[in-house]
Amino acid sequence: MSGVKSERLSGACGASGITDGATGLGAPFRFRRVEPLRGLGDRAGSGARYSQPVSSPTASAALSLSQVRRVYPGSRLALADVSLRIATGEFVSLLGPSGCGKSTVLRLLGGLDMPTSGTISRGLADDAVPGYVFQDAALMPWASVRRNVELPLMLRGQDGAAIRARVDDALRAVGLADSAAAMPRELSGGMKMRASLARALVTAPRLWLLDEPFGALDEITRFALNQTLLSLCQPADGGAPATTVFVTHSVYEAVFLSQRVVVMARPGRVVDEVRVPAPYPRDAAFRTTPQFASLCAQVSQALQRASVAGAPA
Amino acid sequence: MRPARGLARLGVPTLSVAVFLAAWEGGVRALHIPAYLLPAPTLVAATLAANFASLAASWWFTVRITLIALALATGGGVLIAALFALSRNAERALAPFAVVLQVTPIVSIAPLIMILTDSPLATVIVCAWLVAFFPILANTLTGLRSVDANLRDLFTLQRASRWQTLRHLLVPSALPSFLTGLRIAGGLALIGEVGGEFAAGAAGRDTGLASRILESAFRTEIPKMFAALTLVALTGVALYLGTGALSRALLGRWHESERSA
Repeated sequence: MSGVKSERLSGACGASGITDGATGLGAPFRFRRVEPLRGLGDRAGSGARYSQPVSSPTASAALSLSQVRRVYPGSRLALADVSLRIATGEFVSLLGPSGCGKSTVLRLLGGLDMPTSGTISRGLADDAVPGYVFQDAALMPWASVRRNVELPLMLRGQDGAAIRARVDDALRAVGLADSAAAMPRELSGGMKMRASLARALVTAPRLWLLDEPFGALDEITRFALNQTLLSLCQPADGGAPATTVFVTHSVYEAVFLSQRVVVMARPGRVVDEVRVPAPYPRDAAFRTTPQFASLCAQVSQALQRASVAGAPA
Repeated sequence: MRPARGLARLGVPTLSVAVFLAAWEGGVRALHIPAYLLPAPTLVAATLAANFASLAASWWFTVRITLIALALATGGGVLIAALFALSRNAERALAPFAVVLQVTPIVSIAPLIMILTDSPLATVIVCAWLVAFFPILANTLTGLRSVDANLRDLFTLQRASRWQTLRHLLVPSALPSFLTGLRIAGGLALIGEVGGEFAAGAAGRDTGLASRILESAFRTEIPKMFAALTLVALTGVALYLGTGALSRALLGRWHESERSA
C-alpha cells in the first residue's frame, strides 16, 4: 500500500493553515506490522465474504487508513486490519453495533490514539486541527456558551474583536445567537449539542470528526441538528464542502447525512459499504422518497449480515 | 413567593434558637439551678460583656491561629494533591503517612508535637494544620481526577500547553471538590486549634479561648467558661458561613451543589 498519497486540499481554506499535503501529517505514518493475533482476526467461515477491505475509488483521498490494526492492552482487539479511503469533501458515516471499533477509527483519525500497526494518512497540514464533536456535548459547565465556543481560538492565543466576530458567526450558524450569555446548564440537550457544533465550527475545520453526537437526542431535535450539520459541512452557498466522518448507530441518520455509509462489525472490521447517490442540499423531503426507503433497507440488510458475520460461533 | 421563602430561611432557625434560649433561661430560673452548674443565658451574656476586653485578646489569638493553620493546610493540601495527580507513585509512597496522620486522634499526637516543637504556639499551629490538611488533600485530588475525559481530549486536540490545561481545565474542574474540602477543613482547623491548646496547656497572656476555658474550669468560674465557649462556637459558625459564602460566590452560577441553595 505504498500508493497512498495526500492531495493538496482545495477550496475556501484560505489562511486557515492548510498547506501542501506532503508536509507534516500529510506524509503517511509507518507503523511496524505486528503478527495478527490468532483467533481474533479470523477471516475464515461465513465472514469471509465481507472481510475484504472496501475502499473508495476516488483518487484524491483526504484520509486513508491502510491495514490499520489497534490492539488495546490486555490483547483486546479494537480494529483488525481496517482499510478505508475518504475523499476530500466527502461525507462518510461509520455504522455498526457498539464495540465494532467505529469510535476507535475516529480517535485514530483525530490523532487521539495511535494504531498498533498499519498506516494512517491525513491530507492535512501539521497544525490543522480537526473539528471533533463528542457523544456528549462536553461543554465546560463553568463557562458561558460564548466562552465555550471561543475556547479553541483562545487556546491558540487569539484574542479581541476578531474572535468575537467569529464566535458570533458560529453561534448564528447553529442558531444560538441569542444564547451566547447562557450557562450550559440552562440549555436543553439539543442546544448543548448546537454549542458543541459551534465550538468545532469556530476554527473553520476542513475535517469534521463526529462521534455519535446526536445519539442522546429525541428524534425531532435530531432531525433539526442533522439539517444544521449538513449546512455546516456541505454548505449550499457554493463554499467548499468539508471532509466529514460521522459515527452513528442510526441507519436513517447515516443515509440522510452521508454520501457513503461504511458498515462495520465486531471485532473491528469494515464489512460493507453503501453509496447514497442523492445530491446535496438534502432536506426533510428526502426522507420521504422511495430512494431513501430503499437505501435504508439496503443499509439495514448490510448491518444485519454484519452482525451475523460478527457473532461469535 | 420569594419573600416568604426568605422569611422561612432566616425566620425559622432564628425562632428555634430563641425558643431554646428562652427555655434554658426559664428552666434555670424556675428550678433554681446554681450558676456554677448551669448559668442562664443572660448571665453568660453579662459575663461576656464584663470580661470582653480580656476575652477578645484570647479570641483574636484563636481566630488568628485557626486562619493561619487553615491557610497552610490549603496551600499544602493543594500542592500535595497536584503532586499526587501528576504521579501515582508519589501518591503510593506518601499516602500511608497522610492516612496515619489523619486517623490518629489529634489529642493523642499533640503531647508528642509539644515535646518536638517545644513551643505552645507551634504546637497549636501544627495540630490545627494536621487535621485541616487531609480533607483539602483528599477532595482536591478527587476534583483533579474527575476532569471530563472528552474535555481533556479536546484540550489535547487543540494542543493546549500544560499551563493552559491547568488554568482553563484542571483548576475549574477541581474547584467544587476543593471548596467542599475547604468547608470541612474550616471547622476542623478550629477543632485542631482548640485540641492543640488543651494539649499545650499553656496559660498566661499569649493564649487562646481554649486556655481560657481550662482556666475558668480550674477556678470554677463557670459563667466565664460559657462566655469563652460562646465565642468558640461563634467562630465555628463564622467559618462555616464564610466558607459557604465563598463556595456560593465561586460556584453559584454553574455548579449543581449550589443550585437554588
